[in-house]
Amino acid sequence: MFASKILSSSRLVKSNFLVQARKSLNLKTRSYFGPSKTTEKTFDKILIANRGEIACRVIRTAKKMGIKTVAIYSDADAESLHVRLADEAVRVGPAPTSQSYLNVPAIMDAIKQTGAQAVHPGYGFLSENSEFVKQLEANNVTFIGPGEYAMQAMGDKIQSKIIAKEAGVNIIPGFNGVVPDIARAKEVANEIGYPVMLKASAGGGGKGMRIAYNDEELLENFRLCSDEAKSSFGDSRLLVERFIDHPRHIEIQIISDKNGNYLYLPERECSIQRRNQKVIEEAPSPYIDEKTRKAMGEQAVALAKNVGYNSAGTVEFLVDSKKQFYFLEMNTRLQVEHPITEYISGFDLVEEMIRSAAGLNLTTTDQSKVKIDGWAIESRVYAEDPEHYLPSIGTLSKYVEPTSYIEKNDVRCDSGITEGSEISMYYDPMICKLSTHGPTREAASEAMTHSLDTYLIRGVNHNIPLLRDVIAHPSFQAGDLFTGFLAKHYPSGFKGYTLKDSTNGIHESIQLGTAAAAIRNILLSRDFSLGKGSAAEIPAGSSDVVVTIPQFENDGVVNKTVNLSIKPKVGNNVSLSGLNEFECTATTDAENISFTLKTDWKLSNPFVNVEVINNAISDASKASTKFVIQFLDQTPLGLQLQYKGSKFMINVLSKAQEQLMKYMKEKKKVDTSNLVLAPMPGTIVSVSVEKGQKVAEGAEVAVIEAMKMQNVLRAPRAGVIKSILVKTGDAVNGEDILIELEKD
Amino acid sequence: MYSLRLSSNILRRSIPRALYARPIFPRVRTYATPNTKATAVLQKIDSKRKESIVGGGQKRIDSQHAKGKLTARERVELLVDPNTFREYDAFVEHQCVDFGMEKNKITGDGVVTGYGKINGRTVYIFSQDFTTFGGSLSKTFAQKICKIMDKAMLVGAPVIGLNDSGGARIQEGVDSLAGYAEIFQRNVLSSGVVPQISVIMGPCAGGAVYSPALTDFTFMVRDTSYLFVTGPDVVKTVTKEDVTQEELGGAKVHTTKSGVAHDAFENDIEAMAKMRELLSYLPQSNKETTPIKYSADPKDRADEALNTIIPADSTKAYDMKNPIKRIVDEGKFFEIQPDYAKNILIGFSRVNGRSVGIVANQPLVSSGVLDINASVKAARFVRFCDAFNIPIITFVDVPGFLPGTQQEHNGIIREGAKLLYAFAECTVPKITVITRKAYGGAYDVMSSKHLRGDINYAWPTAEIAVMGAKGAVEIIFRHESDRSHAEAEYIDKFANPLPAAQRGFLDDIILPSTTRSRIIEDLEVLENKKLENPWRKHSNMPL
Repeated sequence: MFASKILSSSRLVKSNFLVQARKSLNLKTRSYFGPSKTTEKTFDKILIANRGEIACRVIRTAKKMGIKTVAIYSDADAESLHVRLADEAVRVGPAPTSQSYLNVPAIMDAIKQTGAQAVHPGYGFLSENSEFVKQLEANNVTFIGPGEYAMQAMGDKIQSKIIAKEAGVNIIPGFNGVVPDIARAKEVANEIGYPVMLKASAGGGGKGMRIAYNDEELLENFRLCSDEAKSSFGDSRLLVERFIDHPRHIEIQIISDKNGNYLYLPERECSIQRRNQKVIEEAPSPYIDEKTRKAMGEQAVALAKNVGYNSAGTVEFLVDSKKQFYFLEMNTRLQVEHPITEYISGFDLVEEMIRSAAGLNLTTTDQSKVKIDGWAIESRVYAEDPEHYLPSIGTLSKYVEPTSYIEKNDVRCDSGITEGSEISMYYDPMICKLSTHGPTREAASEAMTHSLDTYLIRGVNHNIPLLRDVIAHPSFQAGDLFTGFLAKHYPSGFKGYTLKDSTNGIHESIQLGTAAAAIRNILLSRDFSLGKGSAAEIPAGSSDVVVTIPQFENDGVVNKTVNLSIKPKVGNNVSLSGLNEFECTATTDAENISFTLKTDWKLSNPFVNVEVINNAISDASKASTKFVIQFLDQTPLGLQLQYKGSKFMINVLSKAQEQLMKYMKEKKKVDTSNLVLAPMPGTIVSVSVEKGQKVAEGAEVAVIEAMKMQNVLRAPRAGVIKSILVKTGDAVNGEDILIELEKD
Repeated sequence: MYSLRLSSNILRRSIPRALYARPIFPRVRTYATPNTKATAVLQKIDSKRKESIVGGGQKRIDSQHAKGKLTARERVELLVDPNTFREYDAFVEHQCVDFGMEKNKITGDGVVTGYGKINGRTVYIFSQDFTTFGGSLSKTFAQKICKIMDKAMLVGAPVIGLNDSGGARIQEGVDSLAGYAEIFQRNVLSSGVVPQISVIMGPCAGGAVYSPALTDFTFMVRDTSYLFVTGPDVVKTVTKEDVTQEELGGAKVHTTKSGVAHDAFENDIEAMAKMRELLSYLPQSNKETTPIKYSADPKDRADEALNTIIPADSTKAYDMKNPIKRIVDEGKFFEIQPDYAKNILIGFSRVNGRSVGIVANQPLVSSGVLDINASVKAARFVRFCDAFNIPIITFVDVPGFLPGTQQEHNGIIREGAKLLYAFAECTVPKITVITRKAYGGAYDVMSSKHLRGDINYAWPTAEIAVMGAKGAVEIIFRHESDRSHAEAEYIDKFANPLPAAQRGFLDDIILPSTTRSRIIEDLEVLENKKLENPWRKHSNMPL
């Protein structure tokens, strides 16, 4: 039965149309994890109790194994990709997760209705909910994951540490146990010494985790943390442990079956994190040697054996500067970042999970056969602004994923969306997991760079600028990672790519500016040649231009100006549909450079391939620099381009425009110094001030929740509260005024 | 005889090619002749031209710049292709002899007029010079404007007026008022013959406002332009209201509240750049067809995302700009009045290189309902497109006309009729796509088959009915308590496009992804469409 039929059974025309629309959707077949290795019978039909990319991921393996699939969906997801990919789909409730993807009775009904024999939970939602597993068992439905005991034992952070210690696993020094209140938390913190980490006992995935460096921060974070824990996991219990400085986050993937076979796979390093959530992961780790790998792997297997684990699971460790590793927690589910392990190990982890659940052996039971094939990197592409990591919602008006780079299947996109999909405020803002593979770390990172440059996302703000910058960062290239990487290298958030000198001796600002001028001249020529086909005359006076490019320097933006002469190499025409070659001379304060610029840009193409050849260098290989830019938009006086991940607003002015620009006034920005604005769409969780109250700069005034994260809003300056325009529970839009302060 | 010929030769040579700042005097010297009389004339011509170029003088130019405004000539230079402006009447001076004006003359008299090229196509331009007598309008000032308006009509080319004027030249009295009226008369006679565009780039007050009001489009510059019939001082005296120029008639007011302006731009430079862009969509006159621009966007581009762009929940809003941008060339939509009556979208785009006018309900704002402002906004746009042979593509998702006393008392009947009238009268190719709701009278209005729609499509998500199911059932079965069954039946019957298609009110129900290619094919077929309304002196639309 199709989704839309269940949604509105009477609308026959519509549902027929949607069936047709679904069929017309050209779904790429993906084979990153190879053909099915399973010839034995497993299940006829499984239900995937999840949404988005992970639901799609599980469906793909199920399909290759010949298993029918059932998707579940909320109202917000009725048209989403996982619903279209599955053989059947059942609605389980309205958009909020508590009423849909966490709605156990509705999911149990869906299982009964469709006759699914097993359930794959994906990650998040019900994947680590032992109550759900119990219910499935009671109904004779197989859970594709570990047994209820192992899940419960590892799900509780306190218990898991006790078990880990028993199993001979290194654990972090500190207190083991739930701290009931703030007073006890303070006591514990002082006992084990600051900095301490506050964690939701039931949590995971970075939600409900905060670091405190002193008593004050502890007081504030304790409350936020327990609120977050409550809203995310329905359990406000917290624990406190010693926080290890300069740690790397490295984890071991294990797989096991119900027949007593255990394997550990090569480690993943997930040290690039923001707000304790992973952003970039790689496998293997550039830090781990064979000896440490073996020791970590063996401890991970020992722990898994201790709890009778049978499925895919991950044992997370913190590794310090002396390569000492400490058990962090065990995730009893398929991890978000599993694709990189699949890339280098050749295992299809979902297939192994299904086999294990069906009582079969793992496809390989011999640890010595586990090898490392090359290197893999994963970037989590989020719909969020790269500077403050605030979620961005909206429709993906254009969306094209990058394709393979050098070899077939060396670029892998795990996503649950297509062009036209909506990123809604109800769910995680992840757009895609972009993974690349290569024989070496350098090759994998080069493929990642290229993939990020050719990833087309329009309609929502995204973090590709940051990802692109991190991958190219010297510290990342050197493998010098730790969990505070982003905080250290981008202390006030990522502002934008800083243009640099290029290998061909021409500054990037000149190259990018000239590319912008070339695009603008092609566009102008088309306007000038209305009705004249694909060869267009360059209008008089357009070859001398002044380009201004915003340049990020030391946290500020400076406009760099380039005087440019740009003429077609031959004649006075440009092609609107093919290669163009321009002779250019750039004059800046510092230099005077002549070079040739080639571009194959076709007007409707979002990608612009550019080659810049320095005429002063005779060695052709040194003289040339090639790059790809994305054409985002035309502005009244220029263009918006994406270069090395970052957006640039470039003005290309005629001489006349440039001369007169000095008279134009900078428009006054609306004064927001007296206002507290909503940084994103969300719900007001609490307002902590009253009208007339005096507040210090940075004092908490309200808390807003969006996408399950609580964010404290602070007073922009010291002052008196003039008015409060919202109350607890209000839904607000980004930029809405929430609180006003009296003017000085 | 000889000297006369010589001097005329010199004169011809010395007509400046550049727009300004190229005084002829140095060049004249090389041709100097012993004939002192001729030299004196040349010197006089030259000095007059120089006077004309500097207008009100450097001090006033500086003060204009200090306000963030450009001079009349600087604006023209940015508007037209380089070195294409040919000025007329640079030597005109006013003829006023009262109040000492006979001693106070500035050559050019406060307005720069002439023609130039925009992307190689001729436009007539007048640009009021605030530095000269505050840009105030005299008899001769008006005559200069009238001259280029007449020329534009004669050759069939658009007129662009750059307004920056303190108002009537009070010293001239009724002569000045007569001047305004002469311009108004020409605005009216040009209406629908050549495109007329007004850009307000400084003050424009009193009677002066009615010339922009009569033109096809009025644009403003933020923070430096004002439009009002009476200024804040008079307002204060008459109504005791304390109001600033900006609050009374700034760009924000006119682009959001009054709808008098069709858009506003950040500054003079951007405004001129955007005018060049607008012109690329328009024909030169009503005798021309729309200009065609090379398009790299494939004709047969199928857009799969359109198939799921309409939310499954028919009460959920979506942004109509998204489907529009997916269908037209390169996603470009030059929106007109983007901040006014946002429940309807109007603007220009291209399909396969050809200009089209787009009219679309915007479900994102008030569910895309038709109210007074939306009806008037779209009606005027439809009539512009019709007058200038620009095909109209209408996207429909409309729940009806807005109910309520506010609307009824302000005349939604009369105002709504304007849009109905405009679509019904219109003879250019009309293509309609119903994306979702087309309820009630609003269905009829939105370029329906019954109003001579050439091609009327529906997407499978369309619902064409007198009203929504709930409301309809409440009326039909008002005495029954359980109406859920009837509601389901109503949905089954009308909440889909089949009934309309079965009656031939729709030409086809199309897969949304094919919309672009279908529209392109249809426009090719309709290229030679000939449809004429019956002869009459003029029609009488509800005003």
